[in-house]
Amino acid sequence: MIETRPPAEVPARAEALPGAAIDEARASSVAKLRVFRGEPGTPSRYDEFDVPVEEGMVVLDALHWIQGNGAPDLAVRWNCKAAKCGSCGAEVNGRPSLTCKTRLSDFDLDEPITVEPMRTFPLVRDLVTDVSWNYEVNRSIEPFSPPADVPQSDWRWQQEDIERVQEFRKCIECFLCQDVCHVLRNHETERPFMGPRFLVRAAGLEMHPIDQADRRPYLKDVGGVGYCNITKCCTEVCPEHIKITDNAIIPLKERVADEFYDPIQWAWRKLRGRSDSAPDRRSLPVLQAGRQAEPSIEPTPERLARAVGEDSPVAEPMHAAAPTTSTPAAEPTPAAERTDAGKVAKAARATAGPRAKRARRRPDTGDETPSEG
Amino acid sequence: MTVQGAVLRALRKPRGSARQGFGTTSRRDNWVVFPVVQALVFTLCAGYLTFSGIFWEPILPTGYRWDGYLSPLFSPLIVWKDMPTWLSPGLLILWIPIGFRATCYYYRKAYYRFYFADPPGCAVGEPTMHRRFALENALPFVLQNLHRYLLYLAFIPLTFLWLDIIPAFIAPAGEAGVTDPGLRIGIGGLLFLVNVTLLTGYSLSCHSLRHLVGGRIDCFSCTRARRVRYTLWQRLTDLNRSHMWWAWASLITVTLADIYVRLLVLGVITDQAIHFNL
Amino acid sequence: MVGGKLLNNARMAELHAREAPDRVRELEAWGAVFDRTRDGRILQRPFGGHSHPRLAHVGDRTGLEMIRTLQDRAVAAGVDVFMECTITRLITGADGVVGAFGYWRTTGGPVVFPAKTVVLATGGIGKAYTVTSNSWEYSGDGHALAYSVGADLIDMEFVQFHPTGMVWPPGVRGLLVTEAVRGEGGILRNKDGERFMSRYLPEDRRGEYASTDEEAARWVTAQSEGRVTDARRPPELSTRDNVSRAIYTEVREGRGSPHGGVFLDISYLPPEHVRRKLPSMYDQFKELADVDITTGPMEVGPTTHYVMGGVRVDAETGASTVPGLYAAGEVAGGMHGANRLGGNSLSDLLVFGQRTGAAAAAAATSVAGWKKAPYLDPVQVRDAGRELSAPLEQGSGEDPYALQRDLQDVMQRLVGIFRVEADLQEATSELSRLKARWPAVGVRGGRTFNPGWNLVFELRNLLVVSEAITRSALQRTESRGAHSRIDHPETDQAGWGGRNSVVRRRPDGSMEVTTTALPEMSDELRLLLGGAH
Ligand SMILES: Cc1cc2nc3c(=O)[nH]c(=O)nc-3n(C[C@H](O)[C@H](O)[C@H](O)COP(=O)(O)OP(=O)(O)OC[C@H]3O[C@@H](n4cnc5c(N)ncnc54)[C@H](O)[C@@H]3O)c2cc1C
Ligand code: FES
Repeated sequence: MIETRPPAEVPARAEALPGAAIDEARASSVAKLRVFRGEPGTPSRYDEFDVPVEEGMVVLDALHWIQGNGAPDLAVRWNCKAAKCGSCGAEVNGRPSLTCKTRLSDFDLDEPITVEPMRTFPLVRDLVTDVSWNYEVNRSIEPFSPPADVPQSDWRWQQEDIERVQEFRKCIECFLCQDVCHVLRNHETERPFMGPRFLVRAAGLEMHPIDQADRRPYLKDVGGVGYCNITKCCTEVCPEHIKITDNAIIPLKERVADEFYDPIQWAWRKLRGRSDSAPDRRSLPVLQAGRQAEPSIEPTPERLARAVGEDSPVAEPMHAAAPTTSTPAAEPTPAAERTDAGKVAKAARATAGPRAKRARRRPDTGDETPSEG
Repeated sequence: MTVQGAVLRALRKPRGSARQGFGTTSRRDNWVVFPVVQALVFTLCAGYLTFSGIFWEPILPTGYRWDGYLSPLFSPLIVWKDMPTWLSPGLLILWIPIGFRATCYYYRKAYYRFYFADPPGCAVGEPTMHRRFALENALPFVLQNLHRYLLYLAFIPLTFLWLDIIPAFIAPAGEAGVTDPGLRIGIGGLLFLVNVTLLTGYSLSCHSLRHLVGGRIDCFSCTRARRVRYTLWQRLTDLNRSHMWWAWASLITVTLADIYVRLLVLGVITDQAIHFNL
Repeated sequence: MVGGKLLNNARMAELHAREAPDRVRELEAWGAVFDRTRDGRILQRPFGGHSHPRLAHVGDRTGLEMIRTLQDRAVAAGVDVFMECTITRLITGADGVVGAFGYWRTTGGPVVFPAKTVVLATGGIGKAYTVTSNSWEYSGDGHALAYSVGADLIDMEFVQFHPTGMVWPPGVRGLLVTEAVRGEGGILRNKDGERFMSRYLPEDRRGEYASTDEEAARWVTAQSEGRVTDARRPPELSTRDNVSRAIYTEVREGRGSPHGGVFLDISYLPPEHVRRKLPSMYDQFKELADVDITTGPMEVGPTTHYVMGGVRVDAETGASTVPGLYAAGEVAGGMHGANRLGGNSLSDLLVFGQRTGAAAAAAATSVAGWKKAPYLDPVQVRDAGRELSAPLEQGSGEDPYALQRDLQDVMQRLVGIFRVEADLQEATSELSRLKARWPAVGVRGGRTFNPGWNLVFELRNLLVVSEAITRSALQRTESRGAHSRIDHPETDQAGWGGRNSVVRRRPDGSMEVTTTALPEMSDELRLLLGGAH
């Protein structure tokens, strides 16, 4: 039952694959990095390092090279090296960026590349800053509040109801938007200002189809949505490409305006009287009386038998159209050829032909291709 | 910790190490160029439009209408018999588009940057004198929240601009070779058509409109009416993505349309047109 | 169970299956925003080896959604979180573990936590290898901490090598290329353009895979349309262990791509389809490798991904073999047997995280006077403090970065996908040489956020874990799941089928490697599995 196919002849030694280690001999050129060094209370300085550059190298690679070759104590916060965890934010040539996705090839290597910590937050050491202020702000936001009197099994909403929220939930909390925001960076505000990251979070809660809390008074008086003057720097630096200003902050400003700055809406509310009672079930994304819950799929004996018989853990595609409901799987329609799926079919057929034997080589001249800024 | 405690802590802003002061930055790109160019184009257009719509006539009454072409700054044209000469009919209209654009979310971004240097650029230090500005939390900028009202109003002149298209495409009788009023396809008419299309695109791509049509709704799929609004909201969202583009394009065509009419009036140029007798 | 080659703890598999749905619903109640079906419920999809589409998901970032939801929930519940605090020692008393010793990364200051119960949730061990999809934190800290207080580790030889990691550029070598690429129709080819996977299908399973390119193409089409088909799946969709071995063999025999991998091609599909289905892979290759996966092939190779082995725990409570010490998540062993199926880790975390947390809390509060902090042995605390300061006082000495490179090299070279006795023997002696170098490690700089200093303790843990992996691998003289012995290519069901390897620390500090019988399976499960077995 085991799937093992050892290599043709059994060698006494399994050989390592070539090219496992970074080969400095392959380095094509040298980058000069000016790295901020310092701790609170001591004068800071910029140390310069000549780092051999390899194809595809990012700033974080260069910082690691520095750690391994001369400055083992260079403080850098990082984790995933894949632009997924948001911990490696710094200011590279003055631009707040994730160092793990900022390519050295984007810079003119004749000039030094300056790497500084995120300037809006208190310095811990070198490139590491104390971002704990953000977690305090997070705490002050009213959490997700679904209606108390609707059982969760009745919740029903559509993909389109949550697409806005899902965009906001892509946030990896790198806090580059907080760093670049001039209100946090340059202003001294009388009242608190939560910053773009938390306006995004608040928007994700406010726009959640079933959330019942009203955070507008909070946003106006505590969150300080009025401090934002929509200059969009946050959107420019967001590594997840969240349209922070257009999709989160401006809609929140409009919602606050509905409540506090719109005399007609105010009069209308006075006239109609605002109901503070529980929301009408009909206006909630829940199973409505009369509509029947679809039978759920419990594991049937056949399913179980199939599960057990199918020994091999084999990848099936992560398929959105997977039949989760009792709706019969869509029949192939004649229109399929015109759709995306139709094109897939065509392309897939094409590989089955003689073309299938072709191997494509990636051109090795990636250096000049600018990646986006 | 309580929520109140968190609020209090959040109130104290993080004490960072950013250098303060106008223009301080570690950026090495030419961040100055973009706002300066924007400021130049904007100031030129806005300055000219204000002059043409409000001061030109009282100072030097030359006219803003030429054979069915009415400068978009004066539409709908409101004049009466004893109208004081210092009052340009443009003034009666122009405050609406000026107000609409002044409170527009896109223009705000642009002019806060290039006029107020608040901030001059991303991660660029700003003049220390505005460190304590309350921005859109207090007067005057809190009035930006009235943007939606200016949007409602903006649809009035916009409607008239569409109506103005009709006379722009009708050749007045008596013109060379024209015996009866006929169809005229002139540069002016085409310019008007492009202009009003861009202005419509600009108005429909407004952030406030997007909010009022669908953005305020949390659950799009809950009722039939909301589904319809969701569909509309999606369309407006598509337009909204290029709000900046609509803003600049329409600003420039409005300016060009007015200049075109003025030049016709002054006789500097003549309208190139194809005529069809009906 | 079947995917884990029947080496799983049956009770854990059962609990996992029973309780995962509740945990998912709980996440939703806390604000998680899962993708939806057309009738408004949570959408589920299958991954490798699933006979039922069962993964609730959010595009290709389900893990992030979980993290965010749990973070929000913890914030709302007022849970204390100690960020960037590294635990270097567990403190023991007469009745097991009574606390933990560590330091704050941001200040370097030491800290002790007196605790009636301690739950380990420290993740995996990927940093023992040069090429890994894991982050630097995957240094086997929990494994080593548990080992150091005498807890059992089981199944340590089972390290999962994911077949598709990036191989180029060097900086991202090992970064994961999701299984979904193959699920969507990605084709593996060697440098001669040959679709080699069909050569590596095990004889007895060959019938499950497409026999021609045309049939594979039909399967891809059907999948993309969400349609049932009689076509069989492409050979690329063999198990992770098998694909890893195939790629490895192709490269070793000189048919690899320029950078030591093979080609994975999805560019024959329409670009917009690829971008919609694999957005983060598209970005990842575009931004990090300048490769547009809609126009050209990716280069991929195996990468260390997950450790099935870990602290031996009680299925119901997550309790380890040492009182007061619990473990959950990747650091715990038993749940996944010899091979983990895609998607099963996140649900494992939810189910056993909840169980273990509840059990540890109940145990801690069950004794009278529980609010009083336990007594911590000052000698242990002092020793832990001395150990902490030693590398800094040493100043210059053995370079931790060099030691790390050497360790990773040994593991990568000698304890990789294919293992053979001679290699494993050599690795054992290499490891003991490295272990001898460790006490001389010295670092420069101060205590605040000093990465070199942090690495010293990770190395200590990695050395323990590496030895455990190597010696367990040496002991298991068969091939099963993720463990492939060239010198023992067969699965020895009679000899090894019912046995887990166990590693524990002898009182004298040396490592004991033995085996133990698999926990008993319930009759119900035995009945169910009867067909398969
Ligand atoms: C690239 C990648 C993709 C994956 N994709 C999937 C997938 O699609 N589906 C799936 O099911 N699984 C997937 N996995 C596996 C899964 O993500 C992990 O197994 C899982 O996250 C492990 O969770 P954990 O809670 O055990 O540990 P982690 O989530 O790793 O948490 C460990 C924590 O312990 C802390 N820690 C470690 N040592 C110490 C110490 N000494 N002191 C204090 N704190 C310490 C760390 O800082 C970290 O916060 C993937 C893994 C990787 C690397
Ligand atoms: S290291 Fe995780 S985002 Fe850069």
